[in-house]
Amino acid sequence: MSLVIENLSAAVDGKPILNGITLAIPAGEIHAVMGPNGSGKSTLSYVLAGRDGYEVTGGIATFEGHDILAMEPEERAAAGLFLAFQYPVELPGVGNALFLRTALNAIRKHRGEPELDAMQFLKVARERMRTLNMTDEMLRRGVNVGFSGGEKKRNEVLQMALLQPRLAILDETDSGLDIDALKIVADGVNALRGPNFSALVITHYQRLLNYIVPDRVHVLLDGRIATSGGPELAQRLEAEGYATIQAEAA
Amino acid sequence: MTAVRHTGAEGFLQRFEGLRARLPGRRLPWLEALREDAARAFRAQGLPTRRVEAWKYTDLRPLGEAGFEEALSSIDGGQALPAAHGGGARAVLVDGRFRADLSALDGLPYAAGSVAAALPGLEGRIGAVAPAAALPMVALNAMLFEDGLLLTVPAGVPGGVLDLLSLASGGARPEAFHPRHLIRLEAGASLTLIETAMGPEHDGTTLHNPIYEIEVAEGATLVHARLQQEGRQGFHLSAVHARVAAGGTYDNFTLVAGARLTRNEIHIALTGPGASAHMNGAQLLAGGQHADTTTYLDHAAPGCASRQTYKTVLAGRSRGVFQGKILVRQAAQKTDGYQMNQALLLSPDAEMNSKPQLEIYADDVKCSHGATVGEIDHGQLFYLRSRGVPEAQARSLLIQAFLQEAVEGVTDETARAALGAAVSGWWEREALA
Amino acid sequence: MPAVTETLETVQSVTDSGYKWGFETDIEMEFAPKGLNEDIVRFISAKKNEPAWLLEWRLKAYALWQKMEEPTWAAVKYPPIDYQDAYYYAAPVQKAKPKSLDEVDPELLRTYAKLGIPLKEQAILAGVEGAGDSPSDSGRMPIAVDAVFDSVSVATSYKERLAKEGIIFCAISEAVQEYPDLVRQYLGTVVPQGDNFYAALNSAVFTDGSFVYIPKGVRCPMELSTYFRINAKSTGQFERTLIIAEEGSHVSYLEGCTAPMRDENQLHAAVVELVALDDATIKYSTVQNWYPGDAEGRGGIYNFVTKRAQCRGRRSKVSWTQVETGSAITWKYPSCVLLGDDSVGEFYSVAITNNWQQADTGTKMIHVGKRTSSTIVSKGISAGQGQNTYRGLVRVAPTASGARNFTQCDSLLIGDRCGAHTVPYIENRCMTAKVEHEATTSRIAEDQLFYCRQRGLTQEDAVGLIVNGFCREVLKELPMEFAVEAQKLLQISLEGSVG
Repeated sequence: MSLVIENLSAAVDGKPILNGITLAIPAGEIHAVMGPNGSGKSTLSYVLAGRDGYEVTGGIATFEGHDILAMEPEERAAAGLFLAFQYPVELPGVGNALFLRTALNAIRKHRGEPELDAMQFLKVARERMRTLNMTDEMLRRGVNVGFSGGEKKRNEVLQMALLQPRLAILDETDSGLDIDALKIVADGVNALRGPNFSALVITHYQRLLNYIVPDRVHVLLDGRIATSGGPELAQRLEAEGYATIQAEAA
Repeated sequence: MTAVRHTGAEGFLQRFEGLRARLPGRRLPWLEALREDAARAFRAQGLPTRRVEAWKYTDLRPLGEAGFEEALSSIDGGQALPAAHGGGARAVLVDGRFRADLSALDGLPYAAGSVAAALPGLEGRIGAVAPAAALPMVALNAMLFEDGLLLTVPAGVPGGVLDLLSLASGGARPEAFHPRHLIRLEAGASLTLIETAMGPEHDGTTLHNPIYEIEVAEGATLVHARLQQEGRQGFHLSAVHARVAAGGTYDNFTLVAGARLTRNEIHIALTGPGASAHMNGAQLLAGGQHADTTTYLDHAAPGCASRQTYKTVLAGRSRGVFQGKILVRQAAQKTDGYQMNQALLLSPDAEMNSKPQLEIYADDVKCSHGATVGEIDHGQLFYLRSRGVPEAQARSLLIQAFLQEAVEGVTDETARAALGAAVSGWWEREALA
Repeated sequence: MPAVTETLETVQSVTDSGYKWGFETDIEMEFAPKGLNEDIVRFISAKKNEPAWLLEWRLKAYALWQKMEEPTWAAVKYPPIDYQDAYYYAAPVQKAKPKSLDEVDPELLRTYAKLGIPLKEQAILAGVEGAGDSPSDSGRMPIAVDAVFDSVSVATSYKERLAKEGIIFCAISEAVQEYPDLVRQYLGTVVPQGDNFYAALNSAVFTDGSFVYIPKGVRCPMELSTYFRINAKSTGQFERTLIIAEEGSHVSYLEGCTAPMRDENQLHAAVVELVALDDATIKYSTVQNWYPGDAEGRGGIYNFVTKRAQCRGRRSKVSWTQVETGSAITWKYPSCVLLGDDSVGEFYSVAITNNWQQADTGTKMIHVGKRTSSTIVSKGISAGQGQNTYRGLVRVAPTASGARNFTQCDSLLIGDRCGAHTVPYIENRCMTAKVEHEATTSRIAEDQLFYCRQRGLTQEDAVGLIVNGFCREVLKELPMEFAVEAQKLLQISLEGSVG
């Protein structure tokens, strides 16, 4: 098993958001979590990545058998967990190249691999960037500063491609993307597909799942998994909306 | 009575000694003590010189040299008053004295009237928001005030629009008056107060020294527009002290178009969570005018917001000053403060001095200020002319647009319209004059 | 928020070990008697074997100083300084000039080694003749160094090589002997003796400092630098630096400074005067790392410094860059008087205050000449209980038609017990001039920290990265070699202060 979540509950500012989520992703599988606004989708991704202010009130989450809830965010990253942010953060004055290299080297160091110098890094980064249709200029700019919505998401995918995580959580990565950018993101995820890579794709719409075909689909309602199924569940949601499921769950 | 002319701080102190037996409320021990304290503070500070940091750019020597006397009100009830901005509710003061005969305050859902008439009941209210010793002009006012507008809007009452007309009658000799206005909005109340200060009709020298003590309670909203269009021989020294409680809003606009020397201080304390302040202003200066707007915004509670936009246009040999400080106390986390002050120099002999200031002791804040001083943008001017607009008109348009940015910050429509009218056409009038 | 708090705690726990230059050199010293009076002024002048005019100049400054009052307008607080309770002259006892490394006092050798000055330069700094004159074999641009140890310059490197270009780079006391006319022509013409309290004090008792003269049309082939070290107890350091760039010349100069960790406060009151003539460029960089005091606010240097440049010539340019990480109190306003038409002034500053440090720093740009332009970029970082004030003046005279100024002041707060203040003065008397000022205050956002940590960076590295990003516009102005050093210094200062 890659990711195991059992009866996970969490609160923000004392307000319960997740109310006992249970879900397991075997290694090599991609699962989608779908749900309407306010169902707890982003909270789930932040809890798994370890953001401050998201208080776990019950349950467990393990990644490859390790209790990730006890780890610092950077330890989770080093263990191979990657969160693609819904709103990638801007870091003014911090060059994108410097940031990517620092992050890559932090993870390589943890894996016992040699750190890359500036030249080695550039070579690796440029290769990845070509496939993502990104220009060198984006390396020189501050992290995400002045990037368009699509550029920010591509920058996330670039980081994912460089850091080679074993579990990627995509938090509504499709929001605000046009169809071309959506394909680029999907290609980035699909390229990593393999027996040692799993992903949790969090989305409101079925659209992204046409390009990243999930093994399982879970529907999140009021902080709980209301129902699960195969890819056809996403199609059904697209056709019927969340109301039917809500009615069934109630 | 033989008129003895005194100058400087000493002149005001002697006037106080001479008048004290005749000042309103002279039999009230607390008021007597308050005036004494004020006199002591004023004697200690005197009229500030430019060596005092807060007065670095404004020289009060001409004030000290003028030698003011008590104002002799000479406007009678028959006189035509300028049209009101609001729905007709109007308070009128002549030479700092409340005039019931000229005012129209009947049938209002709140109480408005004379400070002098209500003095016995005002212990603890006068000086509560504007401590006498804090500023020299407040001390000066505390020594010598005779009257002012007393206004209380009860909880939950929408007060609508009230005009406040402040007239100077003027005379052959320099005259000074020092009204003290007490304005209180109780929880959830609202009011738009539009003040117009005018006069004297002839070229008399006057000193208008109004002090405002303003309390905005929880959730109340006060829009306070001040249009100062006094005669070019006038001196205008004012201080607004306002305290805004949780969820309350105080919106101040200070327009300076008149007087020879103006200093307006605006001190606002946001004392409860979620309070907000809008502070805007315009200084329209020409000839030898000198105007100084000094603001002091105290963010004392968390989650408060403030917005300031101040504009100055300077023609002739005029000099403009803007000093604006934002203080964010340690408790005032999540403060959102913004201030912009800009000046347009329209003449090679004009001068602008600007000192914005941030003093910040809380870390989770968003505070910024900006300042620019320059002339009219040549590119914009050219663009307009290339579209066929004559240069003079193009200039006027650009000046108008520049000032309008400050006016647009005013949250009440009636006040905004009154201010828009007051700033429009200023340049044409000056260019013709 | 909890992340920041945690970082703060982590960093505070290592604060005491943060200052790596705090050792003391045990070496035989010569002192003037404690205190300050006319006799001490005469003593210093005699020690330096100065001409009569300079003694008179000092005595006049002393007389002015006695009538002056310590300035109180800066936003800094400290107990009254007893000016009689300090030594105004302290110097290592000089033996005959050593001929090889073996003859140099091993304590001085160790001092420079510990301060991280390479061996070759180390030999020069300790006064070994000849060791510094061979070109550096590392292939890097050589850096000429003047080392000032307490009250005296102990050595200056690359003098002969520079002399071939007509460049004078030496201790100012030496310049008084060797080039008295040049010194007399310029000394005190930019910062007069009575300019302010500390400048007057410095004029009366200055002991050493650097003198630089770049002749017409010469581009100085290497970086010049002065390394200031306070070592002795209860002494003040009063250095004076004078740089003259003749027509069409170009020079880049850097100063660095450190001091031992002590419980007492020591005064450093320097004066720096720069003169740039037609088409000359002076780039002056400072990495100020005086001992900042401990985590409880004990000890540290009072850094009360007057630095001013006159752009006298047309198209002349002076650029100040400062990275201020040290000192208990910093009071300095490197300024430019832009007299020549089309002259340019720049001020780039990073100031960090951590623990109980206080900084009141900024610049003055005085526009007199036509089309003069100035740029101010100030980055203030406050942590711990630190108080950080930007104070700056932009004044445009009626003569400065077409003048331009742009000012950007940004403050970063780390923790809720520090303060960040901005006090700009803008005085414009010229219609065609344009002055623009912007200031912002912010903190390191929680989402920025989380984003970095999600990518595998530790909290400390994330803070360092974000702060360096915040300072980037300033750091890129430093000469290459020092930019790297300054970045490390920022990180170290933050370790001890920010968390």
